[in-house]
Amino acid sequence: MSIGASLKRLEDYNLVTGRGQYVGDLQFPDQCEAVIIRSPHAHAIIRSIDVEEARGLDGVLLILTASDLPDDLRPIPMRLSPDPILEKALQYPLAKGRVRYVGDPVAVIVAKNRYVAEDAADFIHIEYEVLPPVTDAVQSLEPDAPILHPDAGTNEMYLIHGRKGDAAERLKTCEHVLEEELYVQRHSGIPMETRGLLALCDEDERLTVYGAAKVVHFNHQLMARLLNKNIDEIRLIETDCGGGFGPRGEFYPEDYLIPFAAMRLKRPVRWIEDRLEHFKATNHSREQKHRVTVGFDGDGRIYALRDEIFFDQGGYIRTHGTTVPSLTQAMFPGPYDFSDIEIVTHLVLTNKTPVGTYRGPGRFEGTFVRERVIDMVAAHLKLDPTIVRERNYIRPEQMPYSNGLSALGQVIEYDSGDYAETLDRARKFMGWEEFAGKQLRAREEGRFIGLGFASFVEKSGFGPWEFAEVEMLPDGRVICKTGLTEVGQGITTTLAQICSDQLGIPYDNVSVVHGDTALVEKGNGSFATRGAVVGGSAAWHAAGLLKEKLLKAAAGQLEVPVDMLALKDGGVVYAEAGQTAMTLKELLPVCSDLGISLCEKYTFHIEHMTYPYGCHAAEVELDPDTGALQILNYYIAYDLGKAINPMLVEGQLIGGMAQGLGGAIYENLKYDEIGQLVSGSFMDYLIPTSMEVPEVTTEILENYPSPLNPLGVKGAGEGGTVAVAPAIANAIVNALQEYAIPFTSLPLRPERIREALKRMKPER
Amino acid sequence: MKPAAFDYYKPETLAEALSLLDEFGYDAKILAGGQSLIPMMNMRLARPPVLIDINGVPGMTGIEVGDSEIVIGGLTRHYMVEHSAEIERSCPMLAEGIKLIGHSQIRSRGTIGGSIVHADPTAELPVMLTALGGKVTVVSSGEERELTPEELFLTYMTTTIEPNEIVKSVHFPVIAERTGHAIEEFTLRSGDFAIIIAAASVTLDEEGLIESAALCIGGVDGVPVKLDEVTDELIGQAPSEELFAESCEPIVDMVEPEKDIHASVEYRKDLCVALSRRVLKKAADEAKLA
Repeated sequence: MSIGASLKRLEDYNLVTGRGQYVGDLQFPDQCEAVIIRSPHAHAIIRSIDVEEARGLDGVLLILTASDLPDDLRPIPMRLSPDPILEKALQYPLAKGRVRYVGDPVAVIVAKNRYVAEDAADFIHIEYEVLPPVTDAVQSLEPDAPILHPDAGTNEMYLIHGRKGDAAERLKTCEHVLEEELYVQRHSGIPMETRGLLALCDEDERLTVYGAAKVVHFNHQLMARLLNKNIDEIRLIETDCGGGFGPRGEFYPEDYLIPFAAMRLKRPVRWIEDRLEHFKATNHSREQKHRVTVGFDGDGRIYALRDEIFFDQGGYIRTHGTTVPSLTQAMFPGPYDFSDIEIVTHLVLTNKTPVGTYRGPGRFEGTFVRERVIDMVAAHLKLDPTIVRERNYIRPEQMPYSNGLSALGQVIEYDSGDYAETLDRARKFMGWEEFAGKQLRAREEGRFIGLGFASFVEKSGFGPWEFAEVEMLPDGRVICKTGLTEVGQGITTTLAQICSDQLGIPYDNVSVVHGDTALVEKGNGSFATRGAVVGGSAAWHAAGLLKEKLLKAAAGQLEVPVDMLALKDGGVVYAEAGQTAMTLKELLPVCSDLGISLCEKYTFHIEHMTYPYGCHAAEVELDPDTGALQILNYYIAYDLGKAINPMLVEGQLIGGMAQGLGGAIYENLKYDEIGQLVSGSFMDYLIPTSMEVPEVTTEILENYPSPLNPLGVKGAGEGGTVAVAPAIANAIVNALQEYAIPFTSLPLRPERIREALKRMKPER
Repeated sequence: MKPAAFDYYKPETLAEALSLLDEFGYDAKILAGGQSLIPMMNMRLARPPVLIDINGVPGMTGIEVGDSEIVIGGLTRHYMVEHSAEIERSCPMLAEGIKLIGHSQIRSRGTIGGSIVHADPTAELPVMLTALGGKVTVVSSGEERELTPEELFLTYMTTTIEPNEIVKSVHFPVIAERTGHAIEEFTLRSGDFAIIIAAASVTLDEEGLIESAALCIGGVDGVPVKLDEVTDELIGQAPSEELFAESCEPIVDMVEPEKDIHASVEYRKDLCVALSRRVLKKAADEAKLA
């Protein structure tokens, strides 16, 4: 059985021996290089663009501005959660008349190499009429705020209203009411490899584009539509991908511009985003302000929850439509059973880089707010915050449980789980019972230590379907084609293990093929922690059909009933006794002779997502002199029903934690008042390094398999990220408990801790 | 992120390098370790028309420890200082502080002379040079001259070195008897540029009282700031935690840092006080052991 085994990743050999093929590694004869000219202003009218001087430079091959693109070109549409109301704020590949964020693409230069292209940039003369920018979502709603898209007539593009019961009414009867404002700063996934594309166009107008990731088949269709070509005239190919995390692989302006340039030049055109560009051009995420009200009784039982969320969308609606705000609100109640809920989300435009999803979209933000609020309720009542959590959890016997809210076109319905259990494990592991004593002794030595918890529910297995095609070759090797893509998560290994399990062959006899529209007939791609659940189930079924065929052929040959046989150790065995009945080497020629095709396709459909869950716990120490924070101990309990490869799950949790830590303490895409990004390089945008990421103890639980798929799996991709900020914030607050400092906004920088230590007087 | 076009020269002798400098003057930039210059050129924040690569110039690399002075060639890489047992013995501050420069990849290329002429006031080498009262020898075709840190550093990224001069060597004093060194910096992440950096040297007399002391802070002004007002008060006193706490408190009013996105003025001042106290205490503790 290879499902459940921590097998080595099949992906790694090539990657660690330098054989990876990233888009930047590809070279074709006559290849030339594109550079994008971007707006230096947050908000401006483009008065004129003069490219003549640049066009005349030696080595410059093509310059494109909006007027060089087809008149009937449509803007880039939404991939997920589309809504017609949002269409007036979609982005065109090149800005038409107006720029709305620093980094908005205005022109493309293609030259014989990148040096020449960057030289030519100096000779493109653009006259801007600078408009007042708006850089804050709340200010953007004020009546005198400049409007970004005059056609839309407002900066509030969308209002999402979710409710269950009557929160306003319920709040009136609650013994205690708390109102708080919390803020999550703008940050995003920063892949080690920036985006890149290489497009080739031959004389008969056929396009081949390398550099796709994440959602290859969707982008394939979109590319054809925008370029006005037949789908079979374009081949889109995924290359090795140096990190996905949400931003990478969506359809961006360059995904139109680079193929378009290749079609114009009939030469291979490459564009590699540089890091400074990446910070301005690639999706940002996370920035939200919450105004939360909770009503509860003296025992900490919370009955009513009201939240008003201001969601900073940036200058345009991009491919995610309303995904992030709707997920924020639908997943906001987390593991708790609140009887009355009302959440209003304002999706607001600002003159900043547009946003999309980033690992744990909406849950990182919502979990921070909710889990801080739980601790505030506990502090208000002077109760143990873990007890307050226990009193509010949805109980296992309430499953399936709906919180009455919806996102991604479906009502949230948790399938299974015991939320109290993961908290209890965290409490025991971290020594919560004895912690107050330990804390007191530390304080006597002048040390400030604190322990914090944060519970979360994740979602995974977003449908509506995924495709797999499994074929056994005459030599017994297996090809598994999948509509998923490899963004580093290990889907190659995972699917190989699934096929191996069904077919009784070693997992390294399975080759997984993905991300090439000429080889894989359809797919939805890798996002939303859907791969193992939906793509894994498709592979399970396709391999299962193949197994049936093999066993049937063997049964015919051996003249025994099919149900006596099984596939194991590279052959057919008698199920009961386990002795070999026939090797695959013997069986495969028989199948060939009988004309049995050993290729099976399966499209696995799923209507509801599945919900893994867990608990993070952090023990921290604060330096009273500097406010510096040290993580002494970090723990994650995660129940995902079934781990196909526990080592990969652990890797996901630890890597996810590192990104969550970035969002909690370090990363901040900060804008000044004129809309300039002031943390737009690795000098100022701080991602945690190996020196900052602590040891993380993970406990992977399989107590509540999903009833919604044959493998019982729930996803592993995002649970490591979503609860880091509240676990750490709660630990900081716990370390400073007598000072009653709220810590309601991220990032939790040492300066704020120091300020708190210095300014706040003990309450008593 | 590709640099603008430039002419590239790779002289084989110091004389040749200096004559190229005479020829190109302000148009030329010296390429040593390139750890600051190359990123600036790639971002086109610096566009020198001429680059003079001195990596092939002999005789500018090496560490010589004499009785009272350490002479480090301008082209000596940070890692060579970091891994020198002689430096560890003869100048603990330098041994400790050099490790705080960036990351090991940076220290393997970056040079002592390059750090000094880059003159970042929060960088480790300018702060240590100022704290310890070292010297810098610069050469041009015509002459060789020695500069104290006070003569050398003008303001942010600016020195009094002329466009026709090269840093030949950097000089640090060998640690005296009954002396302790300490250096500490506050960064948001390991290896980042310091928000505040403090370095101290404390010498005790035979009775264990403070005979002399030096304290230097980076990150509060255009050049490293030496706080003699603080250390003068310490002379003749017995080192103690309380003494250093008390004497460092007034630093809040002595420094005038500027804010940036990573730290406010007030926080920087707080850090100056805290780090000064810590380095003085640690240096005194080291002196007791010496």
